[in-house]
Formats: sequence, C-alpha cells, structure tokens
Amino acid sequence: MPPVIEFRQVSKLYYRHHTRRFFHRYLMEKWGRAPKEPFYALRDVSFEVEEGDSLAVVGPNGAGKSTLLSLIAGLSFPDEGQVEVRGKVAGLLELGSGFHPDLTGRENLVVYASLLGLSRSELRERFDEIVEFSGIGDFLDEPLRTYSAGMILRLAFSVAIHVEAGVMLFDEILAVGDQSFQASCFEKIVELRRKGCTIVCVSHSADVLKRLCARAIWLEGGRVVRDGPVAEVVEAYRLSAGAHAPIAGKGGG
Amino acid sequence: MQLFRYGFLLRNLILRDFKIRYRNMSLGIFWSLLNPLVMMGVLTFIFTRIFPSPSIKNFGVFVLCGLVPFNFFAVAWVSGTTSLLNNAALVKRVRMPREAVPVSVVLANGIHFLIQIALLLTFVLGTGYGINPNWLWLPFIFGLEVVFVCGLSLASSALDVFFRDVRYVVESANTVLFWLVPIFYSFAIIPEQYKTVYQFNPVAAVVMACRLILLENRQPPFSLLWKLALVSTVALVLGLAIFRRSKRKFADYL
Repeated sequence: MPPVIEFRQVSKLYYRHHTRRFFHRYLMEKWGRAPKEPFYALRDVSFEVEEGDSLAVVGPNGAGKSTLLSLIAGLSFPDEGQVEVRGKVAGLLELGSGFHPDLTGRENLVVYASLLGLSRSELRERFDEIVEFSGIGDFLDEPLRTYSAGMILRLAFSVAIHVEAGVMLFDEILAVGDQSFQASCFEKIVELRRKGCTIVCVSHSADVLKRLCARAIWLEGGRVVRDGPVAEVVEAYRLSAGAHAPIAGKGGG
Repeated sequence: MQLFRYGFLLRNLILRDFKIRYRNMSLGIFWSLLNPLVMMGVLTFIFTRIFPSPSIKNFGVFVLCGLVPFNFFAVAWVSGTTSLLNNAALVKRVRMPREAVPVSVVLANGIHFLIQIALLLTFVLGTGYGINPNWLWLPFIFGLEVVFVCGLSLASSALDVFFRDVRYVVESANTVLFWLVPIFYSFAIIPEQYKTVYQFNPVAAVVMACRLILLENRQPPFSLLWKLALVSTVALVLGLAIFRRSKRKFADYL
C-alpha cells in the first residue's frame, strides 16, 4: 500500500519583494535584471504518512507549518520536489474562510458544505447530524455576526468532519473551542482515526497533539529538525523553545 | 456526478452573492431597476431636448435596449475581475474548484440582468411594440453575452491576482465602451469605414440584435449571430485556459 501523503525533497520558495509592485517585479524578473531574494518557507522536506496515521507538526512561528498544510491540501504547489497525496483532503486551515457575517448559520453551513465538495443529496443526508454535532441549536437561523468565535468554530468543524475525506487537516483551530466542545472534537477525531482516516494537526498545545497524534514532525526554518513519536518530539521541541524563542522572518506560522 | 456537485456549488455561491447584496437594504431588488431607469431618463432628456436626434423615435425604449445589455456587461465584468481578491480567504484556504468564484459572481449579476430584461420588455410592450416570434432569439443572444462576460472575467480575475492594476484597466475600458457601443446613437449613423470594428464588439452586437428584434421585428442577420457566437466561445475558451494556467499560483499571491 503506497503512503497517503508523500513529500519528496520538497522546497517552497517565496521571494522577498518587500513592497515592490507585482507588475514591476514581474517585468524585472522576466528580463533578469532584478536580483531575486528567495526565501525558503520549506527546504528539502521529505516524509511519508501511511493511511490511518496521525501526524503532528510543531515548530515556532514562521517555521513553515501552514505552508506544509497548504501543500498537502493542494492549495499551493512546491517549487522543487514532489508532493503526492492520495484521496480526498478536507480540513480546517483557517477559521471561517468562506463564511459571511451577514448570512445565517444555516446559509453559511450550506455554502461551506458545498465548497468542501458535498453534493446536494449528501448534504441532505448529513445535515441534521452536522447541526446536532455543532451544538448551535437556536442560533442556526441567526446571522453569523452574532456568533462568538467558538460558535463559528463549532459550525465549521462540524461541517469539515462530515465531509468524510481520507485526509483531514487541522491548523491550530481547536484553541477557541470550550472544554466540552474540545472533548467532543477529540472523540470525533479518534473515531475518524479508527475508521482509517489520516490526520495532520498543527498546534502549539503539546497536550492536544499528544492526545490526537501518534507521530510528530518538528519544523524549524523550513527544515525538518526531528521526526518521531509524538511524546519524544514534542518534548524535545518544548525544551528547545524554552531555552530560546526563535522567530523566523515570515509571519503566519 | 461531478457536474451535479459543481452545479450545486455554483447555485449556492450565486444565491450567497445575491443574498449578501440585498439582505441589509430596505429597497432590495428595486435598486436593480432604479439605475437603468435613471440613466434612461437622463439620456432621453439630453438626446430629445438638448441634442435632439429626430431620426430615432421612442428614444426612451431605444436607449434602454442599449443600457440593459451594457450595464450587465460593465458591472458583471468589474465584479468578476475583483472576485478572487474579494474571496481571497476562500481561494487561499479552502480547496474548491476555483473557476466557480468568478463564474458565480458573473451569474449572480445575471439575476439582475434578468430583472432588467423584464423591465425592458415591459417598456417595449408599454410603448406599443408587440410580441413577435423573433423574441425567441433573445435568450440565445443574452446567453452568449453571459458566456462572453464569463470568459473575460475568468481571464481578468486571474490576472488581477498578479497585477492589481487590472481592475482599473477594466473600469477604464468600461467607460470607453459606453461611448463605443451604440447606446444612445444608432448603428445606422456610423460611417461605413468604422462599421467592421463595431461588428466584432460583442456588446455592440447584442445591442444591435436587441433593437432589431424588439423595435423592428426583424431577425438579426446571420453574420451577426455567428460572429457573436464565435467571439463569445473564443473568449470562454481563452479565459478558461488563462485561468487554468495561473491558478496554481493563486495561493502564493493572495
């Protein structure tokens, strides 16, 4: 069985263009006059994730964690190396992308579900389950701007896990949920894992990662520093982060 | 199956756009009607009182035949162009067929277009022109215009991600086109040597066809129809090609 996620010497470059205008930059690069200033968001990253595996990604801000997730999600593409992902990918990379504050929870739910690829009949089947799990209750027909961050998370998370994708990605999103919702999220994620779903999680909370994942990758400056059992890697990272708190060039984590 | 999924997504995105625009307005859809009515009033005043054009009868309906297709073109193209930037969070963070973003925005404007077409037809009937069998050409002609704008918007929205100036180019092009499309003058008065240029402008073609059908009860000439179909199809194919080529880099630039 081939691995579900495969990174082979993957590098992702961004050019530091400061505030230089795109068009200007384009012309300069086209004619080779501008010195490019490449910045590696990821550099020579290789790893494999087997089906049903659960991978945690740790590292300081700007280490390349979000870049890694967006490569897995197929939202952006590597400049060097190959990324291969087999099967459908879903997940939450950012809270509330695709949601609109003026629409009700119900309307946002429908739009979001179809964005994630649910068909009309699949949505009809799973609608009640999604609402039930989100625990939004009476607020379902209220505009989203009346929701708290935690409620938006509940709605988005609930839609995402009902897509039934083979690979689920979570980028530091469980942080805004309350205790009881976190507990049901954990339960749901464990259940997904049992069904053979592959999970990739980014979080700054060591406890969350230890509960959800079996294996961890520690990224720093775009490179893999360590890859191994979650407890070991997270502990090593915590020790090093305590000693010095490095902050790399690019924000966003 | 894939197509149904896509249809469901498009439908939801169109409804979303439409709801967002009108939810917090007390006059709602009335705004769709107000704009062409005001423009019709102003242009009719100018071209019957200040620069009278006696060769054109029923100037109000005449000018509305031009305004309705042109308005749709201009507004849909600008909103299509900025659609990827306006939905940056979506494009960057949610995996979805990205073509659906500009296309759904153009089609949402198509709803307004339908409302304005209804207004136009009401005026046509109110002025005393009857319904005639050539009306059957209208869905085909307006449909081609929608296809044309979809093609243009796919291309311009993709370019707008990399060069944010595109939006202003499109706006300026629309201002120029207002004069170069026979909206408040008729195709007949254009000097012979310029007529060929007009023939390949799909918006001008739609306006001309619209007037022939509604005001003269004539079938639009075959040459106009095939040129319109050709230009619209080419625009869509090229637009899709440009979009497909550049969409891999969207997330890096948004």
